Formats: sequence, structure tokens, C-alpha cells
Amino acid sequence: MKAAIVVFPGINRERDMAIALETCSGQKPRMVWHKETDLSGLDLVVIPGGFSYGDYLRCGAMAAQSPVMGAIRAHAARGGHILGVCNGFQILTEAGLLPGALLRNAGLRFLSMDCHLRVERADTAFTGHYQTGAVFRSPMAHGDGNYFADDGTLDRLEGENRVAFRYVTPAGETTAAANRNGSARNIAGIYSENLRVLGLMPHPEDLVDPLMGGTDGKPLFDGLVAALAA
Amino acid sequence: MAPQPNKRDVNQQLAREFGLSADEYARVLDIMGRTPSLTELGIFSVMWSEHCSYKSSRVWLKTLPTKAPWVIHGPGENAGVVDIGEGLAAIFKMESHNHPSFIEPYQGAATGVGGILRDVFTMGARPIANLNALRFGDPALARTKRIVDGVVRGIGGYGNCVGVPTVGGEINFHPSYNGNPLVNAMTVGIADKTKIFLSAAAGLGNPVVYVGSKTGRDGIHGATMASAEFGKDSEEKRPTVQVGDPFTEKLLIEACLELMATDAIVAIQDMGAAGLTSSSVEMAGKGGVGIELDLDQVPQRETHMTAYEMMLSESQERMLMVLRPDRQDVARAIFEKWDLDFAVIGVLTDTGRIVVKHQGEIEADIPLDPLAEQAPLYHRPTEETPKRAPLGEVADPVGLAAALETLIACPDLASRAWVWDQYDSTVGGQTVKRPGGADAAIVKIEGRKLALALTTDCTPRYVFADPEAGGAQAVAEAWRNITATGALPLAITDNMNFANPEKPLIMGQFAASIRGMSAACVALDFPVVSGNVSLYNETEGKPILPTPAIGGLGVLQDAAQAIGLGLAPGLDLVLVGTTKGWLGQSLWLREVAGREEGPPPPVDLAAERFNGDFVRGQILQGHVRACHDVSDGGLLVAVTEMALGGDTGANLLPGPAGVAAHAFWFGEDQGRYVLAVNDAAGVLQAAAFVGVPAIRIGTSGGAELTLPDGTPMSLDALRRANEHFFPAWMNATGQA
Repeated sequence: MKAAIVVFPGINRERDMAIALETCSGQKPRMVWHKETDLSGLDLVVIPGGFSYGDYLRCGAMAAQSPVMGAIRAHAARGGHILGVCNGFQILTEAGLLPGALLRNAGLRFLSMDCHLRVERADTAFTGHYQTGAVFRSPMAHGDGNYFADDGTLDRLEGENRVAFRYVTPAGETTAAANRNGSARNIAGIYSENLRVLGLMPHPEDLVDPLMGGTDGKPLFDGLVAALAA
Repeated sequence: MAPQPNKRDVNQQLAREFGLSADEYARVLDIMGRTPSLTELGIFSVMWSEHCSYKSSRVWLKTLPTKAPWVIHGPGENAGVVDIGEGLAAIFKMESHNHPSFIEPYQGAATGVGGILRDVFTMGARPIANLNALRFGDPALARTKRIVDGVVRGIGGYGNCVGVPTVGGEINFHPSYNGNPLVNAMTVGIADKTKIFLSAAAGLGNPVVYVGSKTGRDGIHGATMASAEFGKDSEEKRPTVQVGDPFTEKLLIEACLELMATDAIVAIQDMGAAGLTSSSVEMAGKGGVGIELDLDQVPQRETHMTAYEMMLSESQERMLMVLRPDRQDVARAIFEKWDLDFAVIGVLTDTGRIVVKHQGEIEADIPLDPLAEQAPLYHRPTEETPKRAPLGEVADPVGLAAALETLIACPDLASRAWVWDQYDSTVGGQTVKRPGGADAAIVKIEGRKLALALTTDCTPRYVFADPEAGGAQAVAEAWRNITATGALPLAITDNMNFANPEKPLIMGQFAASIRGMSAACVALDFPVVSGNVSLYNETEGKPILPTPAIGGLGVLQDAAQAIGLGLAPGLDLVLVGTTKGWLGQSLWLREVAGREEGPPPPVDLAAERFNGDFVRGQILQGHVRACHDVSDGGLLVAVTEMALGGDTGANLLPGPAGVAAHAFWFGEDQGRYVLAVNDAAGVLQAAAFVGVPAIRIGTSGGAELTLPDGTPMSLDALRRANEHFFPAWMNATGQA
């Protein structure tokens, strides 16, 4: 699997992501500076978490105008796989590669804690190593993770089975208490129409080593390696 | 010098407004041989301020133990540096931002985090962890709630954005902090031990380079100067609260580390307190060279700034470097890549003077040696804090169960999850033990097994009652918290927060605390490698409790050996250390009996060392599944925290005869640990063999904490009580 991690100024979870990818694939990902414009020959492009441009203006808004975005759009148009986590998810929505927007958390405070995610479908390149309906634990850390879209868009996402993960209780129930940031319909992550672009707020890349408290996030990367290995 | 509009005459009156005494001003006149310019007076006043010169504390700080074979750089550099093995060095320091955090809690706390980060990465380290030590006033005051909210948001807002995990800290409440909260921030970084960057300038003709944010009028002269006294242009010169920009800081970290991988840098220092003045004076002074600055080249955020304003601005996220001339282009390219300002603003000279030029005029020309050597140094009078009368017998008014419910719900012991949940503690992917998971945070070094154990500690009510015992206790507790994870304690940073040093009783608190700290540092092989002093922490004549906050650092060869504090079922609980039932200054006495009396628990440093070394040995041999030190609230609170941490109950045995039950379970005797072990007999035998006091106090399991009198307490109920305070307080509508 040829993977690259795109680094915008202010991104800060690029090393976490590189560790997760290397742990699962055995290969170091290519680190791509946001002024580069050629992403050809890659299987997976990852936009990691952080505070690109300090979250000034709007989370992800400035990064979405960066030179590298043209190459990312071209990669998507070629049918390439893209994973956007946290700020990466925000950037993908700002760039129009995924629908909806991430608003300020409902409680208006930054939320850093473990959450539980339910896998809504296990037949994508990202979830092949989970079972449908499986619940896994993941750290999350964001101030603006409250997923919003109009009802028509939400209905369409659900109708097309494009919700990737939902915030749930450890038993798998979509309760309000499990949905700490107030996301519409407990949505934690969504796919593009071709299921090859995934955006999610939590950080499975920070839970791939038993020393750090567990390996719940590892199947996501193992699944990608299995699906995208040449 | 050409007269400039709106400039005040420099005289003793102005010197006084700048915080210089008559005697100090006379010394300025003597050094200069003439009346100084406004800019020169500004430079003298900030360099000779308490903050920069340590003029009241220096004589005492010099007595602290600062050496050990593993200490690479002790106090005197931007931060302390210790050898942690495998060719690596840990670089760390704690610093206060108390006054700004009272005026503007969010920005005060945020810029405190930013400042301490710069002290660490300026030495070549990538910051890998932030901690803090916070003290707030009475929670019943609406103002306290506003300050807590702002400080927590500010620490999170800055730390989360720069991507350095906030992994630990402590919070106390006491009315003495009503008008003067304490915000102490600590950063820990990791560097190649052969690539430590220092601040001593060298190389005649080498360029002096400014990088980072532009200079504005923020923070000029801190809070020492009343802006209105400048007359009509007061609006122009009003010092404003500094505003942090964590995004720029993140770029600055990456750009500096990228440049540090080359051989371009000769010397580097961040522009912290007193900004361009202290960085240029200290770099040139330490290097024994002269420096000439051309302020026309300084990147400026505002128009028509004067030399005085630029030299005294405390705009954030700026660094000063001396570069090799042939590497200037390499450096410029790196900073341009990161969209940061890069400007050559001066040159090193052989004059031994700092010369500041602006718009064709010489605005300052001061000899550096006298500026440093003749800086004031005070041996302020001290008065000992009277010893507290012994407490005597105290009856138990409520019983164990009711006291436990009261204690675990009180603001000083309530769950801090509401606070931690706003700090990103996992960014970096190396956080082995998150806040609350162990007595010290455990952060692994990327790509290695090696890990650091980090903690901040102080018990101000002990220090107030007996400054020497309290100073020793603060150091001992940091050592104990590191030990309880299995790590080997290496060194500390100290943040000395005290009230007005001109009062003998306060200076006496300071001196006695230093004595106590020194004794503990020596006994525990735990030297001081960096620190910060914050004096005059009082409002309307009301002093804060003396608060020598300690930041401790330890090392684990293998992160997998670290243990947490949460109980698992089916284990024996063993108490290590001697319990006499010391209730003086205990939280039980304050919260349950309503008294703040008696002497604090004494610290037997020999026993501390002995017990701790035994516990660490047992952990590293794999005999211990969980460990927690016994501190605030005593033994029963410690066991409850372990039960809640592991979501596992416990069944407790009665304590030994001869100690009243409430004194045994709530006394705050020092040097104690609770160990959860598979095999109590083996551990007790090992303890007996070396003469460490240890007894079995119960077993773990179930969903209840069963007290020694047979009272069952449900963990769910205990958890609700423990987790109630912060969310209820913060989410309450209207005024608290």
C-alpha cells in the first residue's frame, strides 16, 4: 500500500498517523507538504488531525484552498482512497469532497476522551477487518466535531448507506449521552458516494498499541492494508 | 539625543514609576555617568525587576542542590537538562503566569503555556508533554468560577492547538487565592543529548536574527506601569494583555527544530519576559560579547513604535538567534517555508555594550557587565513561622462512611475529569498513562521503550503551617508519585509562588521552604535543575498560601513496566509505610471537623527513601498490579481512588489496635503507598526482610467498598459523589 500523509501548517497528528500506518503496513508513509501538487501513484492519501491554519476563520477552511487540494481532488476523481481524520474530516467537508459540516461541540467545550463507535457497514476498504454492528473504542479530541447537514442530506446519506460510524454506548446503543458533541443522528464518520473517501472525527490512529491502552483502532488500518495492498 | 514628542523627562520620579528604588536609580546614574534615556531606563528597570533579576530570592536559590551525575544543565539556562539514557536528554521547566491569569484568565493561561514551551524548544527539544499546577480561590465566589473556566480553556486552547499533550497537573482551592490565582505551566521535551542549544552568544560580526511573530505594543512593562501617567498619548502606550497565537507557536516549533537539525545556530533564546531586552542582554552577557541592534529592521505589527516600546514589548511567539553568517540563507529559507518573519536585526560586537539604534539615533548604549554584575541583590530580613501547637486528641464526629462521602466530594478531592476532558492528552500517540490513570503521567519516547514519568505537586496548607516541613513534603510527594508508577525519579523543576518578600514573615516562609526542599532533594537524590520565582502574590495585603510547586521527572527503561492506580479484582491490598494517624492539617480535619489546625505531618526523609525504593523494586520485579501513594485525604481516600480508577470494589480489614479508626483511615502520615498485589505474603516477607513497615489492609473485588466496620458503600454512589462537583459547579446557571 502506497500511502501519503498531507501536512498543512498547524497539523499536529501527522506523526500519530504515520506510526499507525507503519505499524500496520510495515512501510513508512510519504509525508507531503501542502504546497506539493503531485499525488499520482498513491493508493491512500491521509489528511490527519490538528489545527491547520490555527482553525482561524473556520476549521479547515483555509487548508481547503491550499495548492495540494487540486492533487487531492484529482486523486479522488481517479477513484483513489482518502482518509480524513478530525481536522482532515473538516477539510474534506470544506473542500466539498464530503457533504455537511462540523460545528462547534454542542456543549461548547473541547472534548478529549474515549468514545465508542459502531461500524455501520463492514464492506468498505476502511472497515473490512471489523464486523457490521461491531463497537470499538477510540480516543477523540476536538472542539468542532458536531456533524451537521440538512435533513435531505442526512436522509440521503442514510438511504445510500454512507454513514461509516456512529457514536454509541459500549453496548452499541445510539443514545444522546453517547453523542457528546451533539452530532446529527450520532454520526461520527461518513463516506463519499463511491465509498472511497472516509471522514471521521475520532482518532483510531491513537489506539493501535496495547501500551497506549488498546488496539481497537488497529483493524481500520489493517483493513486498509489488506484492501489496498498491490 | 533628539527630543521626541510625548517623551517624559527621565528622573527619579519616573524611575520610581518603573519600579526602581532611589538606591537602584542612583546605581543606574553611577553606571551610565549621565542621565539615562527613556529606553535605557526601561532596560535597567526590567533587567533589575524581581522577575528578571531574582533580587530577593537569589541568595536562597543558590543553596538548592542542583547537581547529580545525570544533570547536564542545571539552573541558569532556559530550562533544566537531564540525561535519561540511550543518548537522549529530557529538558524541562515550570513557570508561572499568575498575574495575567487573574486579569485575563484565558490569555493569561494560554500565554503561560506558550512561554514555557518556548523555554524548552529553544534548547533543541521537541516538547512531548505539558503539565500544570493551578490554585484558585473559594469556589463559592462567582469570580473563582470565571477564572477556573478561563484558565482551563486557555491551557486547552493553546496546548491542544500546538499539539503537545497535556498529561497531568493538580488543582487546589483556598480563599487565600481569591484575588491571586496561581497558574504554573510545565513543559517537558526530548533532545539528542549532544545537540543541546544554549543562549551564550559568540562570534564577532555574527548576525543577530529575529524570527517568529511581529512586535506589537502588547505587554510593555507588564503591569508595573500605569498607562495614564504617560499623559495625552496614554491610549498609544497602554500596555495590553498579551495575546497568544498557538498556530504561530506550532510553526515556530517546527521551523526551529528544522533549523536545529543543521549547523546554522550559534546561540538561541526565546523572547519571554522583557522581550527583546532580556533576550539580547542575556545572550550577549553570557557570551561576554557586545551587541548592536538596529530596531528599524524589527518586524513590527503597529506603526510609529518607539525604541522604548520595541525593547520592552512582550509580544508572544518570538525568538532571537545568533547564526553562522554562511548559513543565513539556509535559515531564511526554512523560516520562509513556514511563513514566519525572519530579520537580521543586529550584529555581535567586541564592545561589551548593548547599543540600540532606531531611525538614525542611538537610543541606548549600556555596558553589559555592570548591568548584570551591579544588579541589586537583597538579603531581606526573615522571620520564622511559629511552630503550630500539637493538635491533641480529636474525636470522630461522623464515622468513616460519612467522612469518606464528604471528603471525596469536596473541591480539593473531587474528580478532575471535567478539567482533563478539555485537554488533549493523547496527541503524539505516546501517552501510556493519561491523567488520573496513575500517580504520575507516563509518556513514552517515540520509537523506543524508554518512558518518562511526570508529576506536579505541592500541599500549600502544609507549607503555610510549617514552611520547612511543607517544602520537604512537596519534593517528597513528587518523588513518591513517580516512584508509585515504577519509574526512577531523576530531577525537579520548582515554581516558587510567594507573597510580598519585603515582609519578614513571607521571606521567612521562602527561606524555610528552600531549606526543606533542599533537605529532601539531597536525601532523595532529586536535584533542582530549573525553576521560576513569583513573588508579590497578594491582593489588598492578603497573602497567598506559600506555594513552592514542584514538577518532577522520572524515567522508566521500559514503558511496559509502568503501573497505574486502578484496582483489578482478586488482589490483596498492602499498605507500605508507618501510620500514626496524623490528623494535623489533614483534609479530614478541615472538611469533616471544620478546623485548619496543628502541625502538618512530618516527613521522615530516610523512611521516605527506604519505603519508596522498596516499592519501586517490587513494581519492577513484577509483583505489583496497581499502586497509589497516600496523600490528601489519607488511606481510605487513596483506596477509594484506586477502586474508582479500576471500577473494582474492595473489602477492608480493621486497622491495628492503638490508632483510632478515623486517624488510621484519614491521617496524612507521609511516605506511604497502597499496593495491589497477587501475593501479599511474598511482598510482606520481602518488606520484613529489609525492615520496611508493611501490613495487609484488605482485598479487591466486587462492586462495593466494604469499610472495616462492615459498612458497604456502592462504587456507583461513590463515583457520583466524586464526579459531582466540577460539572455541577460549572454548568449551574446564574452566579455561583
